[in-house]
Amino acid sequence: MNDYQYDNQTVKGFVVSSVFWGVVGIVIGLLISIQMWRPEFNFAPFFTFGRLRTVHTNSLAFGLGVGAIFGLSYYILMRLTKRPLLFPKLARIQLYLFNIGIAAAAVTLFMGMTQSLEYAELEWPLDIAIVILWVMFAVNVFGTIIKRKEEQMYISLWYIIATVIAVAVLYIINNLSIPVGPFKSYHLFAGVNSANVEWWYGHNAVGFVFTTPILAMFYYFLPKSTGIPIFSHRLSIISFWSLVFAYLWTGAHHLVYTPLPDWIQTLGIVFTIFLIAPSWGSVVNGYYTVGSDWDKMNTQYLTKFFIMGITFYGLQTVQGPTQGLRVVSQLIHYTDWVPGHVHMGTMGWVTMTTAASIYYVIPKIYHTEIYSIKVANIHFWLVLIGQLIFSITMWITGIQQGALWKAVNDDGSLKYSFVETLTKNYPFWQLRTVGGLIFTVGMLFFIYNIYMTIRRGSLAEAKA
Amino acid sequence: MAGGIYNKPIVFALTATVVILIGTAVTMFYPMLTPEMHPKLENLKPFTALQLAGRDIYQREGCVNCHTQTVRPLKSEVMRYGEYSKAGEFAYDRPFLWGSKRTGPDLARIGGKYPDAWHYKHFDKPQAMFAESNMPAYTFLKDEKLDPASIEAHMKGLSMPYTTEEMAALSGKTGMDALVAYMQVIGTAVKKAAAPAAAVASTVKEKHFENPLAGNPQAIAKGKDLYAKNCATCHGANAKGDIGPSLVDDEFFYEKGDLPDDDYFEVTNNGTSEGYTEDGRVGKGGMPGFKDSLSKDDIWSIVAYLRSIKGK
Ligand code: HEC
Ligand code: HEC
Ligand code: HEM
Ligand code: HEM
Repeated sequence: MNDYQYDNQTVKGFVVSSVFWGVVGIVIGLLISIQMWRPEFNFAPFFTFGRLRTVHTNSLAFGLGVGAIFGLSYYILMRLTKRPLLFPKLARIQLYLFNIGIAAAAVTLFMGMTQSLEYAELEWPLDIAIVILWVMFAVNVFGTIIKRKEEQMYISLWYIIATVIAVAVLYIINNLSIPVGPFKSYHLFAGVNSANVEWWYGHNAVGFVFTTPILAMFYYFLPKSTGIPIFSHRLSIISFWSLVFAYLWTGAHHLVYTPLPDWIQTLGIVFTIFLIAPSWGSVVNGYYTVGSDWDKMNTQYLTKFFIMGITFYGLQTVQGPTQGLRVVSQLIHYTDWVPGHVHMGTMGWVTMTTAASIYYVIPKIYHTEIYSIKVANIHFWLVLIGQLIFSITMWITGIQQGALWKAVNDDGSLKYSFVETLTKNYPFWQLRTVGGLIFTVGMLFFIYNIYMTIRRGSLAEAKA
Repeated sequence: MAGGIYNKPIVFALTATVVILIGTAVTMFYPMLTPEMHPKLENLKPFTALQLAGRDIYQREGCVNCHTQTVRPLKSEVMRYGEYSKAGEFAYDRPFLWGSKRTGPDLARIGGKYPDAWHYKHFDKPQAMFAESNMPAYTFLKDEKLDPASIEAHMKGLSMPYTTEEMAALSGKTGMDALVAYMQVIGTAVKKAAAPAAAVASTVKEKHFENPLAGNPQAIAKGKDLYAKNCATCHGANAKGDIGPSLVDDEFFYEKGDLPDDDYFEVTNNGTSEGYTEDGRVGKGGMPGFKDSLSKDDIWSIVAYLRSIKGK
């Protein structure tokens, strides 16, 4: 029991750190959303849009995302193996190193130290630190699973194992570089090849940071919080293997109509369309699980978080394959449509599911109840509304942009100068900031709720 | 069997690894071994030290977060930006900087599009040229001194050829000099497609075209508006010259004696590069062509407007 207590504190440490970096990232998200319609909000040299956008994506993908993945995977791992972590001290060191690493990442990105590879911007010393962190994680995951006290490995463990392996392969290969200074390096790969390696990585960063570990949470916490077992084991086997197989083929859908050889693009697009099937395998599984008792949507407050999360995952995985088609890509590629897609996934699926999992975990660690279900409900509606405003405005302006770039006069000349097409985005970008603000307020309700739950829990412990 | 693998974590992990590596091998490893992933245009040159320093700054400032560097082979895109991108243009690009978002315009063909002076003015304060631009100002680059030692290390790391004079010339240069040098080389390995002229440009003309809109008050009003949007950044608000020459004096291409309306039309339509000749006069280059962004009527209207203010 004592061992669990120690490990639980590590889990809590990761969860709190993750939320902290999430707030940093979201505040910067608000700032860059303002910079896009008010350039005076650029404060050169450290706080210009070009540098801050990278801080935004990194603190959210690696701070919020990976922090939550570490913490919640450990929580799930201990429950599903029926034992504490095999190396508790190692996990604790990993927690400290994680926070130092993310802080260093933010500082170096403010300073403009970047490899200019999306989602792999961090320079080589930090890459080494991240690989070390990941090895620590892998050692604990595999060690604990091998020494498990429960014969069968549940679905969530499959997704965690796949995440550990895939991220290691992806991260190491794409970050191979030629170091030329303490914080400067050049990609080992050049030109077209550099592009192909980067998007093989980039798409799967989405696949193995924003998808598989979140599915691990979904498959574990949905049955736990509703008390209903997952609908179909067979369906989850099929969707797991086809998902991890297909994901790695699809990076080229980010490079449609670029000089990348056509056959790689076409192959990528074919697998992109196929991805609908395994993705919806999980969506269907989620719906049918709750389907046996839809009342849970009203009676158990977490159910709607998970169902809304998997709904956005479902929409995301229909929208994504559509975007990969040549006819669609030629219109929406490079436009604001894509950030619309991105934030439906990150806000609607990733953050929603992660927050719900945290709502489940924190009271369990402290042997108490959630501070307020009412606050959780307010949180739910605010982040939902904020995200919808964000995505819908970006889809509209994205299509508009794509159409204006193409528009021609009767005599065949272009109808709009670039700046004319730019200014038409401004009203939508302003609305996006409003959506972002609403989302942020929702997240503040979440943080308040978690903070009060922890406080109540520690008070109870102190008394006992 | 299916039951078995879920009780055997090591077998499970190995299977998952193999499954993940299949797509990786086909779409990523295999292509890398083929020549089609390593093409190089014949006249593509490695970066000079100054250009590489500029590229480093481009990376550092995250310009790639707003600008792409690939023109797709789509009609409207080729019209807006120029010849579509070829695989062989990027052999020295580590990493590629194609980008994924066009908050600003594509820069794949920016090299030679504008004179240097345009870029200096633009980086200093984009809003002075386009009031509604959201591009950040990079004024501080004017005061940033380059560090030849680190640039040399970068050139070495990439095995780019350089001379000692070239390195020596770096001291005294600023970050802005470097960035402009980089801008001017992007996409220049591909020859600009010659503008299919609307009216035929010839060395010396026998017959001139009349401006169909000369003196038309509506056209003049429209021309004024179009001038402010498209030309004022270079020729000045009153057309008396700035980065480009005056359009209301009695000179054309640096020689006394103005030329007729259709020569104005052609220069505006085609744009100029060094050595471009118009009616026997030779230009120095730096004037962008407007054939894809302005209709014939638009250009004639601007000319009508310029004539209406000439000498005033
Ligand atoms: C917030 C997004 C943003 C960032 C960051 C940004 N730009 Fe821009 N850029 C724009 C926009 C919008 C335009 C079009 C309006 C204008 O010319 O100011 C533009 C125009 C340009 C142009 C003129 C292109 C043409 O064909 O007319 C160049 C060159 C340029 N930017 C270079 C850069 C460089 C170099 C950097 C990095 C130091 C940079 N930009 C950073 C948004 C951005
Ligand atoms: C990027 C800056 C730039 C812009 C924008 C620009 N010009 Fe020019 N223009 C120049 C330069 C530089 C020259 C000198 C060209 C040369 O020497 O080859 C020039 C030359 C000319 C000339 C020849 C005039 C002479 O007296 O030598 C005409 C006519 C002209 N421009 C018209 C226009 C019109 C009309 C527009 C707007 C539709 C325009 N320009 C926009 C830079 C620009
Ligand atoms: C208040 C909330 C948020 C705001 C205001 C915000 C704002 C922005 C803005 C303005 C951009 C740049 C878009 C562009 O270049 O056109 C962006 C990009 C991005 N954001 Fe956010 N964001 C928020 C929340 C999040 C969250 C919670 C995540 C992840 C968990 C996230 C992940 C990303 C990613 C991955 C990109 C890159 C998109 C791309 O490359 O297309 N954001 N965000
Ligand atoms: C079946 C699943 C999915 C497919 C096939 C898919 C497809 C795509 C495509 C084609 C693009 C490129 C758009 C363009 O630039 O033209 C894209 C961008 C993106 N998607 Fe998805 N998507 C899927 C699911 C998801 C999920 C679940 C997330 C989670 C957040 C996500 C996050 C992103 C991000 C962050 C980008 C922006 C990449 C960048 O340009 O920086 N996607 N997706």
